[in-house]
Amino acid sequence: MKPAKSVFLERRSYRRRRMGDAAVLLPLFGTVLLLIPLLWQSAEGGARTTDVMLYIFGVWALLAGLARLVSGYLEVGPAAGTEEGVVEPSHEGPG
Amino acid sequence: MATLKLLIAVSIVYVVFLFCVAFAADRAARQGRGAWLRSPLIYTLSLSIYCTAWTFYGAVGFAARSGLEYLTIYLGPTLVMIGWWWSLRKLVRIGRAQRITSIADMISSRYGKSNLLAVIVTLIAVIGTTPYIALQLQSVSLSFAAFAETERGLVDAGAVQDTALYVALGLVVFTILFGTRNLDANERHHGVVIAIALEAIVKLLALLAVGVFVVWGLSDGIVHTLERIDASQIADWEVSPSRWTGLTLVSAAAFLCLPRMFQVMVVENEDEGHLRTASWAFPVYLMLISLFVVPIAAVGLEVMPTGANPDLFVLKLPLLAGQEGLAILSFLGGFSSATSMVVVAAIALSTMVSNHIVMPIWLRATGGTATISGDVRQVALLARRLSIAGIVLLGYVYFSLSGGGTALAAIGLVAFVGVSQFLPALMGGLFWRGATRTGALAGLCTGFVVWLYCLFLPSFGPGVLLPQSVFDAGPLGLGWLRPYALFGAEGMDSVVHAVMWSLLLNTAAFIIGSILSFPSPMERLQGAQFVNVFEHSRTAGSWSGGMAQSEDLLIMSQRIMGAREAQALFADMARRQGLSGYLPEPSPEFLERLERELSGSVGAATAHAMISQIIGRAAVSVEDLLAVADETAQIMEYSSQLEAKSEEQARTARQLREANKLLTQLSLQKDEFLSQVSHELRTPMTSIRAFSEILRDTSELGPEAQQKYSSIIHDESRRLTRLLDDLLDLSVLESGKVTLNTQSGRLGDMLDRAVAATSGDPGLHIIRETAQEDVWLTTDHDRLAQVFINLIANARKYCDAPEPRLTIQPRMQDGRLVVDFSDNGSGIAMADHGLIFEKFSRIGETKTSGAGLGLAICREIMARLGGTISYLPGQKGATFRVVLPVETRLAAQ
Repeated sequence: MKPAKSVFLERRSYRRRRMGDAAVLLPLFGTVLLLIPLLWQSAEGGARTTDVMLYIFGVWALLAGLARLVSGYLEVGPAAGTEEGVVEPSHEGPG
Repeated sequence: MATLKLLIAVSIVYVVFLFCVAFAADRAARQGRGAWLRSPLIYTLSLSIYCTAWTFYGAVGFAARSGLEYLTIYLGPTLVMIGWWWSLRKLVRIGRAQRITSIADMISSRYGKSNLLAVIVTLIAVIGTTPYIALQLQSVSLSFAAFAETERGLVDAGAVQDTALYVALGLVVFTILFGTRNLDANERHHGVVIAIALEAIVKLLALLAVGVFVVWGLSDGIVHTLERIDASQIADWEVSPSRWTGLTLVSAAAFLCLPRMFQVMVVENEDEGHLRTASWAFPVYLMLISLFVVPIAAVGLEVMPTGANPDLFVLKLPLLAGQEGLAILSFLGGFSSATSMVVVAAIALSTMVSNHIVMPIWLRATGGTATISGDVRQVALLARRLSIAGIVLLGYVYFSLSGGGTALAAIGLVAFVGVSQFLPALMGGLFWRGATRTGALAGLCTGFVVWLYCLFLPSFGPGVLLPQSVFDAGPLGLGWLRPYALFGAEGMDSVVHAVMWSLLLNTAAFIIGSILSFPSPMERLQGAQFVNVFEHSRTAGSWSGGMAQSEDLLIMSQRIMGAREAQALFADMARRQGLSGYLPEPSPEFLERLERELSGSVGAATAHAMISQIIGRAAVSVEDLLAVADETAQIMEYSSQLEAKSEEQARTARQLREANKLLTQLSLQKDEFLSQVSHELRTPMTSIRAFSEILRDTSELGPEAQQKYSSIIHDESRRLTRLLDDLLDLSVLESGKVTLNTQSGRLGDMLDRAVAATSGDPGLHIIRETAQEDVWLTTDHDRLAQVFINLIANARKYCDAPEPRLTIQPRMQDGRLVVDFSDNGSGIAMADHGLIFEKFSRIGETKTSGAGLGLAICREIMARLGGTISYLPGQKGATFRVVLPVETRLAAQ
């Protein structure tokens, strides 16, 4: 049923796993980017609302774009043929 | 007056349209035509109930008061959405696997289906949501009043209240109509979902339209708008870092924990794959919603008279500019935001209230059994409908009592902090198996109390619910307990202060409580299934019962699920079990499925309680826990079994290959043997034929010649007979059909016999050690003697020494009898050692006749007698060693 975990994966599933890592790291990355404007206040005169607004909306669009890119590689759901997907049908059988 | 009438007309048309759309969607889904209803886009749009009237009107007000800070409310959910892979995906998977009906159900299920937890979560949710509903009602009535104001001047408060009441009543009707059509809360409310998706589009378009109007209508494009922002009161980037991070955190937490968000995100989720689209599409939606907020706020601050409520800029800017169409669109946007929130919140809360508060009380009040008379289904539906009406009207009461003042506007954040208290128990339960019910209870209660005391009660202002003295000096003069400066943490923003303390103490209590307590078996069972939901998406069997109870179960299920559905379920399960009729065996699988189906209607805790009342077993045994552990073990075992099987197959294949090789070899040997036999037979036959022809055809043969020829014929036929005898003997021996004539005797006697039988040629001198020969054997004497005769005859035939000598030397070695026959000849060449025991093998040039079967026969005989015969290399001459097992000897003694 579940194949013994092999040390090396084929290219596609390797890529998928790394994209899973990226999906986990993306919110951290976004948090850091969104905290950066807090540093701009201390500067003499400070930043203007318009600058920060443009920055934040830029980051927002970037994050949405990255999320779309990353989620395109991720397979969801039990039918996706991932490890949990293979387990499913055999449970259904006898039940 | 015309505008107001138009507004009323448009609103009514809009509401009727929404009813129609919801009705059509429900019908389409019922008839199975609603594939498009289940698209990821609809799912994403339904998530937008996060953006309520608080967003639609409040964001601009928020921005007008504190600049870009309003963005935090949308950045938090954005971060949660793009991190869907490790949080939301799990939440949704569990929600679907366990048929979760609400966030209270989720938390209660995780911690052993504890109804107490569900009740606490429900209470917090109701307390946190009611003011929020009031806020929605207020926004609708205020926006309506704004229209009326421009027509007739000031509007009295009574009219505002009336509007709110009508709106509330309309919402109750809509929600009851489309939200409680079916009891199974886990079934999708297609009508509701499609209506809120439509409203999501309307509110986005309305806000974008107002934004575009402000930027390109009231200003001269983007550059000019940016200049106006720079010139406004909110030009400077002055955000408190603690509020920026604190509010982002709270909004992220609330996004996960708000009952209405949980409803659309998890309960109404149709397909996990929809999250993939929502992960980027929803952030985009939030971004578009907040895109024009700052421009609207800046322009509004500049254009509107001082003291105007910035919360209504979205509506009043178009009105001021005389854009009545745009103003009506804007009103519809705000109306949509408010109504969709109220509808979903009411559905979510009513499910919680009826499942976790009303139903358990009703069950207890009616005698504690589910089998007594009374239609549970109708009771549950009624409970839910009454809850909806109760919750919405509670919001209305709250609104009228609070007087619709600005205090209500602040309630948005207060509610966020309140529901965020679910976060530790929810997330901890998802990722930490050690989280226990005690910990969750401790955390929730701590967080709830701190929130009430530090944020909720003070939010009404000094002297309303908390006296002024408590604000100044703390309760009973305890300064360190002042609500805005708990434990001496002074000078903090009140919201950040409450967020910090409530979540900190909540998490601490949750962790400490979990570490110090011991979970019940049910908790551990559920914990394992939640945390490891991706490993096994199935609940383990935890019920056992007798056939007599199936009927009771059917009676109960019919009351809850409806007769048709229950009968269909029971018949299906019976069919799966191979039974006919409607009563399946109450197997663990069946009870488990039934519980899951029922929990879709009345929540996990109630469903569990009802089934256990009938089955008579509420607790989970250690065996059940072991079963869960077993499931994983079984999977692993199965895979290792497969591995073993494939190994076995490989082994079998290998054996088959070997057998095939052997068969091929045997076939070759047989062919070779046949050709050998024919050859051996032909040689004597040829000479017999030749000499008999001479005897027949030659008449003048002398008697001597006649004598000579006929004796040749005789010799050859004897040889032929001997050969055939040997062959026969060998074949009998090889086939194992030989019967041994076992008897007891002395080794010396057998040797004597063998020597006597071969004493025809005196040329061979035999040396024996008679002292060693005094050994008793129980064996086939004739056969053993045959071996000895053969060995002696071989020595006689092949020993090439001038004075041939054969030494027969018996001795005991390792408990076996070993007899060596060694001659003083030149021995056998190394290369021939492997061949001498094969059939028809004759070494070197033969000076005597012999078919080469002797040693082959010896080997077979020795094998039958349980011993061996082998050639012993490295001696002076040829040495054959006969080994007999000691058992034969012992048996003789």
